[in-house]
Amino acid sequence: MPSSHDWINKPLGVVEAMFAQSNSNPEWEAKVLEYFKGQLKEKESHSWVPSLNDVPLHYLKPNSLVKFRCLVQDMFDPEFYMGVYETVDPSTKANVLRCGKYKDVTECGVDLNSRNTVTAERQTFYCVPIPGESPWAKEISFLSAARVVPSTSYVPSRQKRSYEEDDDDMDTQPQKQREPHTEPHGNGDSKRQETEAPSSQTTTPSDCSSHLDLNFPLPGERGPACLVKVYEGLDSFKLNDTLEIYGILSVNPVLTVLGEEKDPSLLLLNPTESMETPEEQRAHDPPASLVPRLHMLYARPLQHNNPLLPSAPTEDQSAFVSSFLVEMASVRAELLAYLTHVLLGDGLAAEYLLLHLISDVYTRRDVLPLGKFTLNLSGCPLNSYTERLYQIVQQLVPCSYRLSMSLHTMNSMRLVPKKDYVANRLVSGALQLARNTSLFLDETQLEQGQLDSSGVRNITALGNLISWQKVDYDFSYHQMEFPCNINVLVTSEGRSLLPSDCQVPLQPQVTPPNMEEYLTTIHMAQFTSQINKFRVYLSLARTLDYSISDEVTKAVEDDFVDMRKDDPQSVTAEDLHRMLVVARLLSLSLGQTTLSRDGWMRAKHIDMLRRSRTEQQKSLNGNEP
Amino acid sequence: MSSPTSTPGRRKRNRDDIPATPKSTRRRGQDSSNGDLPAMPTSPATDIASPAVHDTSLFSSPRRSVLPSEVDMSSPLMYGTPSSRVEARQRPDLGSIRKAPQVDLHSEPPSADGAVASEQALGQKLVIWGTDVNVGTCKEKFQRFLQRFIDPTSNEDENAGLDLNEPLYMQKLEEISVVGEPVLNVNCSHVQSFDADLYRQLISYPQEVIPTFDMAVNELFFERFPDSILEHQIQVRPYNALKTRNMRSLNPEDIDQMITISGMVIRTSQLIPEMQEAFFQCQVCAFSTRVEVDRGRIAEPAVCRNCNTTHSLALIHNRSAFSDKQMIKVQESPDDMPAGQTPHTTIVYAHNDLVDKVQPGDRINITGIYRAVPMRENPRQSNVKSVYKTHIDVIHFRKTDEKRLHGLDEDSDQKLFTEERVQILKELASKPDVYDRLSSALAPSIYEHEDIKKGILLQLFGGTRKDFSQTGRGNFRAEVNILLCGDPGTSKSQLLQYVFNLVPRGQYTSGKGSSAVGLTAYVMKDPETKQLVLQTGALVLSDNGICCIDEFDKMSDSTRSVLHEVMEQQTLSIAKAGIICQLNARTSVLAAANPVESQWNPKKTTIENIQLPHTLLSRFDLIFLMLDPQDEAYDRRLAHHLVALYYQSEEQIEEEFLDMAVLKDYIAYARTYINPRLNEEASQALIEAYVDMRKIGSGRGMVSAYPRQLESLIRLAEAHAKVRFSDKVETIDVEEAKRLQREALKQSATDPRTGFVDISILTTGMSATARKRKEEVAQALKKMIQSKGKTPAMKYQQLFDDLRGQSEAAITKDMFEEALRALADEDYLTVTGKTVRLL
Repeated sequence: MPSSHDWINKPLGVVEAMFAQSNSNPEWEAKVLEYFKGQLKEKESHSWVPSLNDVPLHYLKPNSLVKFRCLVQDMFDPEFYMGVYETVDPSTKANVLRCGKYKDVTECGVDLNSRNTVTAERQTFYCVPIPGESPWAKEISFLSAARVVPSTSYVPSRQKRSYEEDDDDMDTQPQKQREPHTEPHGNGDSKRQETEAPSSQTTTPSDCSSHLDLNFPLPGERGPACLVKVYEGLDSFKLNDTLEIYGILSVNPVLTVLGEEKDPSLLLLNPTESMETPEEQRAHDPPASLVPRLHMLYARPLQHNNPLLPSAPTEDQSAFVSSFLVEMASVRAELLAYLTHVLLGDGLAAEYLLLHLISDVYTRRDVLPLGKFTLNLSGCPLNSYTERLYQIVQQLVPCSYRLSMSLHTMNSMRLVPKKDYVANRLVSGALQLARNTSLFLDETQLEQGQLDSSGVRNITALGNLISWQKVDYDFSYHQMEFPCNINVLVTSEGRSLLPSDCQVPLQPQVTPPNMEEYLTTIHMAQFTSQINKFRVYLSLARTLDYSISDEVTKAVEDDFVDMRKDDPQSVTAEDLHRMLVVARLLSLSLGQTTLSRDGWMRAKHIDMLRRSRTEQQKSLNGNEP
Repeated sequence: MSSPTSTPGRRKRNRDDIPATPKSTRRRGQDSSNGDLPAMPTSPATDIASPAVHDTSLFSSPRRSVLPSEVDMSSPLMYGTPSSRVEARQRPDLGSIRKAPQVDLHSEPPSADGAVASEQALGQKLVIWGTDVNVGTCKEKFQRFLQRFIDPTSNEDENAGLDLNEPLYMQKLEEISVVGEPVLNVNCSHVQSFDADLYRQLISYPQEVIPTFDMAVNELFFERFPDSILEHQIQVRPYNALKTRNMRSLNPEDIDQMITISGMVIRTSQLIPEMQEAFFQCQVCAFSTRVEVDRGRIAEPAVCRNCNTTHSLALIHNRSAFSDKQMIKVQESPDDMPAGQTPHTTIVYAHNDLVDKVQPGDRINITGIYRAVPMRENPRQSNVKSVYKTHIDVIHFRKTDEKRLHGLDEDSDQKLFTEERVQILKELASKPDVYDRLSSALAPSIYEHEDIKKGILLQLFGGTRKDFSQTGRGNFRAEVNILLCGDPGTSKSQLLQYVFNLVPRGQYTSGKGSSAVGLTAYVMKDPETKQLVLQTGALVLSDNGICCIDEFDKMSDSTRSVLHEVMEQQTLSIAKAGIICQLNARTSVLAAANPVESQWNPKKTTIENIQLPHTLLSRFDLIFLMLDPQDEAYDRRLAHHLVALYYQSEEQIEEEFLDMAVLKDYIAYARTYINPRLNEEASQALIEAYVDMRKIGSGRGMVSAYPRQLESLIRLAEAHAKVRFSDKVETIDVEEAKRLQREALKQSATDPRTGFVDISILTTGMSATARKRKEEVAQALKKMIQSKGKTPAMKYQQLFDDLRGQSEAAITKDMFEEALRALADEDYLTVTGKTVRLL
């Protein structure tokens, strides 16, 4: 493990050296990017870079290279900065050209009138950790980072902890890690509040507005938020992209001092200051100690955030995939058995749940998202069953969120992000989620009562999300549509009031006297290695390619015509849509990348089983989804 | 125009911004040299060293006398130079201070240095420092432009009433002399077409060129109209600079240039009094001095020049000069944005009379100068944040939606098409099968339903707008309204979503969720200003667009009633919270309705199936049924289509996306530029078609067509002509319109009992045969009761059974009840519970 990596410890030095060599030839910028990209390509090198997700901010060296796994929550207006400027040495009167790129603050003695000043443009993204990231994903990525000692002063010392402990309060894990000595839990709390303001505020969302709202999409989230300065390829980034950003950390305290202690008389005269509301200042220039700045050198869009899978599409990924494909079928069988237990012995529901978990909007045809597979699990037992079910789902997928649809939450919660024009930022909502997040809607919590206007809006937003896989963000004067890709699972007693692609009434085969105990036993019976296999399986199955041969296309067509011949009402175009999705997911779940005749027949078969079940208890609600 | 005078102190009356003659220029140089020291760059991109600082003392001579006397303003004694007669109001929009020729507000690459002109103009070859602008030439050019520019093809509303063959701007000057509003708006594209070089200078060096223009105009004006009295000198306000259209494309190169962007106002600040000139008084000897504010800074004199006391000067607020300023935040308009990104915002400063000209929610075009100011928030710190703050100083506002209240605003959303694009579109239009091509490009993921797609296509194009308001008939509706009804799950919503995504001004709303208020307009209290603001709803927002209403049948009656006015008169009347107004809502309605019984009942009429009032239905030009046709060939094609949809290769998808973009442009182009009119043959064909329709019915003793059908036939024919990019509606257009209308009627107005197409199903809610039958049953019932003789009361069930026994045709309970009701209406009997009493 080489420790003298200047490109990690002093990336600015590298940048400046290149700038100095360039003689203001603009190509140097591309060279810098090339260089860092090249360094990161080297085997394992990206794991040497400390991660903001894992290492607390105060252990990171300012101006060192760090990485951050995050979601682009908001995009601020572009800003102009001094790309190149000249400083005058007060003693020698010598002019020196300096590079302002990747920095927040200039050196002393800037000659504002120099004719060599070059103004350049950059944009700031407000990034938050991936919302709803499962504790296990955080944990594993942390451990894998700990394997190689990061080149910071911070040495993680949490190997003493065992997995078992994590189960009950995994959420707080990253905080515990911050303590240099593994102290007893009780002592840690008070200390944390003093030293780690960004994390302590999230525990009580009510008081975060009082000082600084970090604007996480989900309540109760924690972790660092970051202002990422983006220099290149601005158009390639979109809101809600999940990225792994490599950049230079900037926590210059000057950033905090600026903005405070302002002379009121100056306010009157300086036009630039009077126009920013305090809210806007707070949102756009929070103290760097809470919201560090990151000057992006390189960003990698993440297809998934499962740390168990190789993240980059390199050779070892394809090797990994092909090696895993061999055992795909067996893992599937095990997972199915596991889910069957969890779903109280209902094999069909387990099959559908499995298909749901690997579904993905793989493309859009005009307005129609293809591949979405919203599952409505009706007939769920009450009394915290759904809660336990969510915990099990959470153990399997890297990103998830359970929305308890109680009347109160529906009326009071903000689901749709809204633009706050006073602070000039996008106030996040619970539906601002990363791709492939599992959204667990618990309709069993909904009771009778009155939905107010915001409740109706929330329900409408959920309906739109399910039907069109899009969320209409509220920009006050107009709405703006953002496509999304979220796996929605609705658990309900009867048929859900929300639309869904497929409804499966749960038919429990066993009725355990103590549900909690039953589920806990099932959960405990699984080894971590086993669960990890499931996790890899679910993430991997989603990424496989898929196609249909002409021959099978023909067979499907024939089949459809035949089915319609007998009873045109029995199969509609809608049903064909669904069966095609089921067939796709079924094939992928078995690791098959083309649809076989068998696969189609199987899909048809399980859909028939499901339909016969729903027909038994068809409700009168005949509204079109 | 009344200028807001809420600021303390009179506005400054110096002539700083008019570098009229070399003489005046020099004087100004002396006056204002005090501000050069801090030398904050106005243009960060460029160098700002000020070579023209000759007098470095902070306060040179006191400004020309003391207060500019009121005599300056309109005294006829002062006629000498034009600028001396009328107050020249300072133009903060062009920079907080102007020291025109000797100031280097714009520097070119170093080569320009050679061209530096001193402020002592030595001859005509001199240019303003840092630019290539020669004041004399520039002035001359602009005067020539004003005197000669003619734009015979102008169709701007501002030029209404002007003689297009006379020099346009001279007429405007005349207008100024009459109206007394000293503002001359100049369209930059006019300047460009007249003198490209002048235009380039204007765009690149607005700060120098616009004052020169001012000067030129004033000279010209007072030559022509020596007697006119203006509040202050005429200010030139250029607009429509073609430099930048989109907020997103602003970049560092645009700094200090004149730009025009479009956007929506999201916030306006309170009025900010901005100090223009500070007034200091020595507290020892009462000596007073004035210091001009330079880019937000006041150089406070440290020593009194009269008594040499240090730090004795105090700022007297009351005697300082202020100007009005307002901060406005503008957001990128949604149409300009790439998908998946958030809109950008820009800060805009409005000065003097432009303050309070716009309100949040307005869509405006802004012409102004783009500025960047470095942030040095804490003067005690030596290292600065390397970020500039940017804003735009407004020169001209133009609301793009203000005419929505008055009339047509076709030019506002005029899309600019490149030559090649137009060529592609025209090529497409010349293809004989363009109609089919376009309709198949519409929502390709939805299978078949060709006629419905064609109908929607025609809706997208719309008819030609006709204005008969002079003859008292008002506007004729040009928009085509379409209703889709049919089984659930026949992709109606999807079609609506597609249309909503296709058109720039589409609105999508669901009948279930929308209230009458949400559709029309509501009054909201602005949290900041406490002002009542009229917020427009979906129908008004989709003015000139399409309003897609899903679940039309689930809409409450009160909400639906709003649509009556919109769908025929194309206006919305609002009387709420003291606001009474009529808004235009020239929107096409595309609605989708589900049958009441969740499945379409082929044995019932359309009205019975969807339970909508016929008054509303008759306002739809086309009503389509989206039913599941049940035949094998269709099934096979459908299956093929769906499978292909799911597993099509990437390239094919790409291809279709291209189609959608072309389709969008095609529609936009046709809507803007094509206004077809009926030709003789087509009119004849329409008349025949109408007469034919009437004839069909008259044979059976009923009305089979109403004028509304003729009107919609005309609209459809016009739309079809637009599809062909044809300026004339020809017979083929009429034929297609007839075919489409017939198809739609065949689907929706077929009487299920007789199999005939019966328009009265839609216009009166009941087919003629049904009405006849109803009457027959009632008569039979009456006869039966009469035949029973004098029985004051009868059992309900008994009567029903009797009637059934007597009648040949099957009588349902519904029919029986209807007959009873009819007789009750005649006051023949009354039904109470289970007994029927004769009256």
